[in-house]
Amino acid sequence: MIHSLFLINNAGDLFLEKHWKSVISRSVCDYFFEAREKAVEPDNVPPVIRTPHHYLINIYREKIFFVSVIQTEVPPLFVIEFLHRVAETFQDYFGECSESTIKDNVVIVYELLEEMLDNGFPLATESNILKELIRPPTILRSMVNTITGSSNVGETLPTGQLSTIPWRRAGVKYTNNEAYFDVVEEIDAILDKSGTTVFAEIQGVIDACVKLSGMPDLTLSFMNPRLLDDVSFHPCVRYKRWESERVISFVPPDGNFQLMSYHISAQNLVAIPVYVKQNISFFETGSSGRLDITVGPKQTMGKTVEGLVVTVHMPKVVLSANLNATQGTYNYDPVTKILVWDIGKLNPQKLPNLKGSLSLQSGAPKPEENPSLNIDLKIQQLAISGRLGSFISVGCDSLPAGPCDKALLLLTLF
Amino acid sequence: MTDSKYFTTTKKGEIFELKAELNSDKKEKKKEAVKKVIASMTVGKDVSALFPDVVNCMQTDNLELKKLVYLYLMNYAKSQPDMAIMAVNTFVKDCEDLNPLIRALAVRTMGCIRVDKITEYLCEPLRKCLKDEDPYVRKTAAVCVAKLHDINAQLVEDQGFLDTLKDLISDSNPMVVANAVAALSEIAESHPNSNLLDLNPQTINKLLTALNECTEWGQIFILDCLASYLPRDDRESQSICERVTPRLSHANSAVVLSAVKVLMKFMEMLPKDLDYYGTLLKKLAPPLVTLLSAEPELQYVALRNINLIVQKRPEILKHEMKVFFVKYNDPIYVKLEKLDIMIRLASQANIAQVLAELKEYATEVDVDFVRKAVRAIGRCAIKVEQSAERCVSTLLDLIQTKVNYVVQEAIVVIKDIFRKYPNKYESVIATLCENLDSLDEPEARAAMIWIVGEYAERIDNADELLESFLEGFHDESTQVQLQLLTAIVKLFLKKPTETQELVQQVLSLATQDSDNPDLRDRGYIYWRLLSTDPVAAKEVVLAEKPLISEETDLIEPTLLEELICHIGTLASVYHKPPSAFVEGSRGVQHKRLPPRAGSGESTESPDVGQSGPSEAPPAVIPSQGDLLGDLLNLDLAPPTATVPSVQPSMQMGAMDLLGGGLDSLMGDESDTMGAGLGAAPAAMPASLGSAPAVGGGLGDLFDLGGGVGMPTGSYVAPKTVWLLAMKAKGLEISGTFARRGGIIQMDLSLTNKAMSVMTDFAIQFNRNSFGLAPAGPLQVLTPLSPNQTIDVSLPLSTSGPVMKMEPLNNLQVAVKNNIDVFYFSCQYPLSLLFVEDGKMDRQVFLATWKDIPNDNEAQFQIKDIHLNSDVASNKLQGSNIFTIAKRTVEGQDMLYQSVKLTNGIWVLAEMRIQTGNPNYTVNGNKET
Repeated sequence: MIHSLFLINNAGDLFLEKHWKSVISRSVCDYFFEAREKAVEPDNVPPVIRTPHHYLINIYREKIFFVSVIQTEVPPLFVIEFLHRVAETFQDYFGECSESTIKDNVVIVYELLEEMLDNGFPLATESNILKELIRPPTILRSMVNTITGSSNVGETLPTGQLSTIPWRRAGVKYTNNEAYFDVVEEIDAILDKSGTTVFAEIQGVIDACVKLSGMPDLTLSFMNPRLLDDVSFHPCVRYKRWESERVISFVPPDGNFQLMSYHISAQNLVAIPVYVKQNISFFETGSSGRLDITVGPKQTMGKTVEGLVVTVHMPKVVLSANLNATQGTYNYDPVTKILVWDIGKLNPQKLPNLKGSLSLQSGAPKPEENPSLNIDLKIQQLAISGRLGSFISVGCDSLPAGPCDKALLLLTLF
Repeated sequence: MTDSKYFTTTKKGEIFELKAELNSDKKEKKKEAVKKVIASMTVGKDVSALFPDVVNCMQTDNLELKKLVYLYLMNYAKSQPDMAIMAVNTFVKDCEDLNPLIRALAVRTMGCIRVDKITEYLCEPLRKCLKDEDPYVRKTAAVCVAKLHDINAQLVEDQGFLDTLKDLISDSNPMVVANAVAALSEIAESHPNSNLLDLNPQTINKLLTALNECTEWGQIFILDCLASYLPRDDRESQSICERVTPRLSHANSAVVLSAVKVLMKFMEMLPKDLDYYGTLLKKLAPPLVTLLSAEPELQYVALRNINLIVQKRPEILKHEMKVFFVKYNDPIYVKLEKLDIMIRLASQANIAQVLAELKEYATEVDVDFVRKAVRAIGRCAIKVEQSAERCVSTLLDLIQTKVNYVVQEAIVVIKDIFRKYPNKYESVIATLCENLDSLDEPEARAAMIWIVGEYAERIDNADELLESFLEGFHDESTQVQLQLLTAIVKLFLKKPTETQELVQQVLSLATQDSDNPDLRDRGYIYWRLLSTDPVAAKEVVLAEKPLISEETDLIEPTLLEELICHIGTLASVYHKPPSAFVEGSRGVQHKRLPPRAGSGESTESPDVGQSGPSEAPPAVIPSQGDLLGDLLNLDLAPPTATVPSVQPSMQMGAMDLLGGGLDSLMGDESDTMGAGLGAAPAAMPASLGSAPAVGGGLGDLFDLGGGVGMPTGSYVAPKTVWLLAMKAKGLEISGTFARRGGIIQMDLSLTNKAMSVMTDFAIQFNRNSFGLAPAGPLQVLTPLSPNQTIDVSLPLSTSGPVMKMEPLNNLQVAVKNNIDVFYFSCQYPLSLLFVEDGKMDRQVFLATWKDIPNDNEAQFQIKDIHLNSDVASNKLQGSNIFTIAKRTVEGQDMLYQSVKLTNGIWVLAEMRIQTGNPNYTVNGNKET
């Protein structure tokens, strides 16, 4: 099982170590540093590194490498999942998962790690259980603690720990009962030069924020669940019921959680919201080239496209770019050869355009490769898979009588 | 108010200050001090000097303080074992606390203190906690057993904790079950044969119930445990699959992959025509696709596993090609894996898309990725025949880019394409030759040289090209040198007139100026071949090469089956069996897929029996003859090429048959009848009768034993010892040969004189004069226990590869078992090869007799045989020596006999028997 954990920052400093079994010397990380060196980019460090006596499984999050050491055959996915959970927990507790916050809260971090793993076996990884055991730091609480001398550590056994619904604690009370569900969809699409879709898929998640008293039992149903190719549920969802009735039935955890994620690969359902007209050409002589990019809306269903960013990976011989943007700003980094054009909001009346010349290394042959364009954008209040999101309905099987006799459900659907 | 303040006190006397604070009366100050200590500890500062002071703080009602002290204890107890004893009392007391949280915390912490003295005190509290009323304490205690086992395995066994742990599998709380399974699995890993996880349908049912209710991590443990179970029949297998399938929709990808493992394994048992089988296949695809939208690290592990799954069951993902298309922002390790899977999934249906993608990839920036993409195009060409043409033109386009590494990779793969589709795409050679100068990598140079040599007749200036390489011969890598040598010899054989000088030059470079034995030996072989028999050289060097297939990069099936059982583990990431790299896994059991129910499918998963005995791999030795064969086979040409060159020696062999062979068969110097008339004539050069084992040849056919008039079959010599136990690590082999009902059999007695059990027997012959080869695998069904002897009859065929042996009837045998490979040689009686239809027609006999030149004739005497001609004739007939005619001339019986050998050689004999004279005279005649 998981033997030790080392946290290493981008500069290669090892700033935290935790051992769950016997202590393993930090020199084992030399193998990691070696691999890190070889990979050049931090993203490219191989996730599983073999050393003569150990295996190092690492993830890279928020400029921190979480390097775990294992000694025996352990499912690597298990370790990677756990490391992600650690990172998420830090994020949850401290608002961000960075070297400075971890250092600022080192004792809590240590207590958390101790609570999450026992002898390498995961013990408590559910955020609400952890929060009962070790309360997250808040300014108010630390002030109260200093005055009253009470501590951050819960004195009693978390109620969720043993019930069949470990994700929810008992005795939750709210004066305002409310539940929010956010449907966040990401399209991932590859288009070819002419704009034809080579590949497209939708990756969606439903994030929930449920603040309901007692033990509520909720259902959520889709109008057209057949669209979903694959779903992964939070453990609270009753899978049997989904199998038979295609209804998501669950007792929610308290607070924020990800209810489910889904995957839609049917390409005809994926409407690409923008189009791009591009013309990037290099001249045979004169070491220069021309660039002309225009972005326009395609199928946005009347919603505004925001946060539009176009990234172009230029060939190596491109030295600099002298361009003119009708909207937004552009920046060309001659080291990484990446041109970033930050457009912002897309105005359908006046289409943004980036135009100008590129200068190449003199004497170098005309580059053969076609630069690939990468377009990031956001659309609020629109689920690309359309037919799915607009028909979500939420029901309530059981709402216990809370402090207010009539339970009030506020549902916000995007 | 952050913890970073704990790091700020770096001035002198820090330890002293902390000590004072730890001993302070104020709770709050104490706690702050312990926090400072912990903070120092986390960054690796040595604060062990504070041990007694920190332990003093342990007796407190403040849970946070207690936890902090425990953290400290776990870290430093090892270095201060005597002090750690001080803490024991508190631990024992805490194990009885009213608060289950404290009970669990105490037993958990105690287990983490790796000090023997403390461990002794742990047993009693642990025993109580394992039976605690609170499941939280029980589940913590279960893990504690695993910890204790890690420290002192004997203690755990003596105290009976393992049995208690096994009982916990039936616990009412799923979390306890999961932890018990996890602990048992970990303990079992260090005890491979202990059968700790004794799985039966009842426990499986318990596990499946717990599976639905426990935490995600618990589900992983349970699924991994389920995967090691072997269902009794396909129905049980199906019901387990049904209950595991919901796990495919779990948010935790490790759960998903473990579930995939269970399903992939148990699916093997389901009959393929079952509806459920198809449903299951369909259900497996979406979760695998979803894994690819996770974080890159997860994707990587998932892709490595998908690679295995695709090889085992390509049908699952055959429509999902597009999800494996590379995204520009994938880390390189993900890109390379995706590429691999794309090729595995490539088929006629999707090849156009794949090629378009690959062509794009080949213009990317990352060199490794580009190289692999170019190689992938070549692999597509070899895999999908219809696409070969398009692939070649794509490669040509890429060569036009003149990007150095692209060109080199392209040339390497084009060489393979030439080998797969000979005489189809040679028109591109001209383009390739244009790029000759830019090649600087050995592999590309070697590939190019191979192409030039192979197609020398089509390249006008082949000699100039090769000569240009020759200039820097000694600076080239071995790979290039070897290739250059072969290429020039090929060129010489194709255009002998212009290239004599070149070939001389390369041969002298290779044989005289090189220190590399491989190169030198190859040089000498060519030299001798060319100088003795240029025709043979042509046949050898320019022999037709076997086609390469697309399967070359697939994982070997038995390994694949084992890896499928290890989906989701490190083994699956490295594509190696766990025994190859996991430390301390001496006895790791090789997992196998279960056999499928129903007979029709048995071909799909051969020899996956439930127990050891039937695991003898049927194809350890490929039919081409690897073991001994390779020792003698020259690696410069495929085995088929050597057959023609053997032909002449076959002629010689046949001559010997008369010159020496029959001599000994009917040897004239044999003294006693018991030894047989074929006993070894010592003076016979190159004879086959020089070893006593063959002595029994024809002579024994005349065996007098009992004087039975009509022998029922051919003579079988008694078994002699071929392989001594001391030479073969305890395996003794004795044997003999027999011909029964027209089938040649090798009767073996295998005796195990070692202390351990022997399994996995296999046999292989080296090439021999008459092409004897095993007609089937060596059937040793049960493991051979010490001091046990087993008799095996191995049928032989005469269709194996032929090579003249010295002596002619010598046979070199390799026997393999689980311990090693052993070699021995034995000699078979020639009579083994006398076929049943060896009776020649009288007229033919007469005509043939006259036609045979005198050179082929030999004469011997057989002494001391007291048989009359009829009895002798009968006895000989039993061994397929047929009497064609008999006449009596001047009191002498003349027997005319014919024999046909398995390779079609006829031997005619005239035997003169003088009544009363125990000496026979034999005139042998041979016709091919």
